[in-house]
Amino acid sequence: MQKTSNPQELAEIAKKIRRHIIEMIGAAKSGHPGGSLSAVEILVTLYWDVMRHDPANPKWPARDRFILSKGHAAPVLYAVMAECGYCPVDELKTLRKMGSIYQGHPDVRFLPALEASTGSLGQGLSLALGMSSAFKLDGLDSRAYVMLGDGESQEGQIWEAAMYGGYHKVDNVCAIVDYNKIQLDGFVKDILDVAPLADKWRAFGWHTIVIDGNDLQQVKAAFVEAAATKGKPTCIVANTIKGKGVSFMENNPKWHGVAPSPQEVELALKELV
Amino acid sequence: MSVATKYELKLGAATREAFGRALVEVARENPNIVGCDADLSKSTMMTYFAKEFPTRFFECGIAEANMVAVGAGLAMAGKIPFVSSFSCFVMNKGFEQLRTDVAYPGANVKVVGTHSGISIGEDGPSQMSIEDLALAGALPGFTVISPADEVATKAAVKWAAAHFGGVFIRTGRAKVPVIYPADAKIEIGKANLLLPGTDVTLVAHGMMVAESIRAAEALDNEGISARVLDLHTIKPLDEEALARAARETGALVVAEEHLVDCGLGVRVAQAVARYAPAPMEFIGLETYAESGTPEGVPIKYGLTSAHIVAAAKKVIARKTK
Repeated sequence: MQKTSNPQELAEIAKKIRRHIIEMIGAAKSGHPGGSLSAVEILVTLYWDVMRHDPANPKWPARDRFILSKGHAAPVLYAVMAECGYCPVDELKTLRKMGSIYQGHPDVRFLPALEASTGSLGQGLSLALGMSSAFKLDGLDSRAYVMLGDGESQEGQIWEAAMYGGYHKVDNVCAIVDYNKIQLDGFVKDILDVAPLADKWRAFGWHTIVIDGNDLQQVKAAFVEAAATKGKPTCIVANTIKGKGVSFMENNPKWHGVAPSPQEVELALKELV
Repeated sequence: MSVATKYELKLGAATREAFGRALVEVARENPNIVGCDADLSKSTMMTYFAKEFPTRFFECGIAEANMVAVGAGLAMAGKIPFVSSFSCFVMNKGFEQLRTDVAYPGANVKVVGTHSGISIGEDGPSQMSIEDLALAGALPGFTVISPADEVATKAAVKWAAAHFGGVFIRTGRAKVPVIYPADAKIEIGKANLLLPGTDVTLVAHGMMVAESIRAAEALDNEGISARVLDLHTIKPLDEEALARAARETGALVVAEEHLVDCGLGVRVAQAVARYAPAPMEFIGLETYAESGTPEGVPIKYGLTSAHIVAAAKKVIARKTK
């Protein structure tokens, strides 16, 4: 793969990823488009610009790790990994089908290049902390990145892990909260509000950066700041738009976990050119 | 191991103490072994490891769910974590993490539950782990071990450190009788024949192994020949030894310090039903116990050699002539 820091190139890649997401979920006839689309800029920046990784050597011990703790956004991760060269692009449309490497939620048994099997919310941050602690024991400067959902932040284990990471100063971990304000049953503020999110992370001892998570330049700057922060783990509270890039999906709870119809796929793809 | 005909049961170390000592021994040989505990290291005896290997010890505080998943993360990056707490806490509060982060992806995590069963005594039912084998047994790919004494615990820890995959080792708080000599051969996955016998087989794990030996000796005094099997490995089950016992003795009693629901008994029954159907009886708990002395609670709740003797007579009477 060709890594890049060029904003135009990254924007083009992001658009391509969004097209994959729509096409995959459309073909699967089920899945989670909203929270996949909101996370595109963050994953694209990580995989093309920020992380140390090599698709030709997926088990390279010194690689950085990415864990999609909000595993229902699997389509964005699969699309990104496929475009990086970890797995076939032409099989993306087998998403959620029997035997597919692209299982409904990330499953290392089917796609060993994944760092973790996720989907049961609340657990990825703890995994990242364990991995990062192992890097330190082994004298590796690898980093672990973990993406959490805002709804997922209602899970108690997130805060057990936040307390652990802050107290133990696990500064080679970077958590990113995809703060798209919507969960399955509706708006997060109407279900069990997680605000003020940044204040919570700061109170748990994390260096906390609040950004527009759909702005490639802000995303990149936050990762640079996170890597430079020593003695504290970093949490990036990324304000994003659920369904970003497809006008009729944006900010609409309906699109948390519903697949677009063939007509809606066509409409969406027209917006992603 | 060689089969004895008579046992002299002397009190030995608690299995949690044996775990703490054994972990240090294996950790000296393998620098990849790390430890996680949830503010109970002085009780789980992880403290020995923590003192000798402070940089390899991860104090997780009273947050078992995070602890299990941190252990899984350590394993995913190449470490061999031993994760310990009271069995009821690590298994009940950490179960989802054991399922999703350890068993499902196949992470190399060793879980050591201490203070299992009701023989913890005074602390009472909130701390008593009586469902841990049901939970651990429901984790595909896991090896589940309930050692009876110090030697068996050491063998389990040593085996777990060398084996790639999820392991649950169940240990207890109280001192327990010595079953095995220091040089005993204990093979994980293989039942140990402790006493020969032809009329009935007594199957047990953990502290009920000693009770089964006592029961066999009491039965022997009445002219009943009881075979005793230590089924220290609950999963995978030694089906061959059980089928042979069922065929050769025609009746079995399973005794365990665990709920009768979904403990060793149902697993044995499954094997016996499949390979050599025979009448069976089950000694175990029906519900939550209560505070009391570690000696007194098992008596009140039916976990003694006398209960095993009664069950043996009952099951022998059910044998078809």
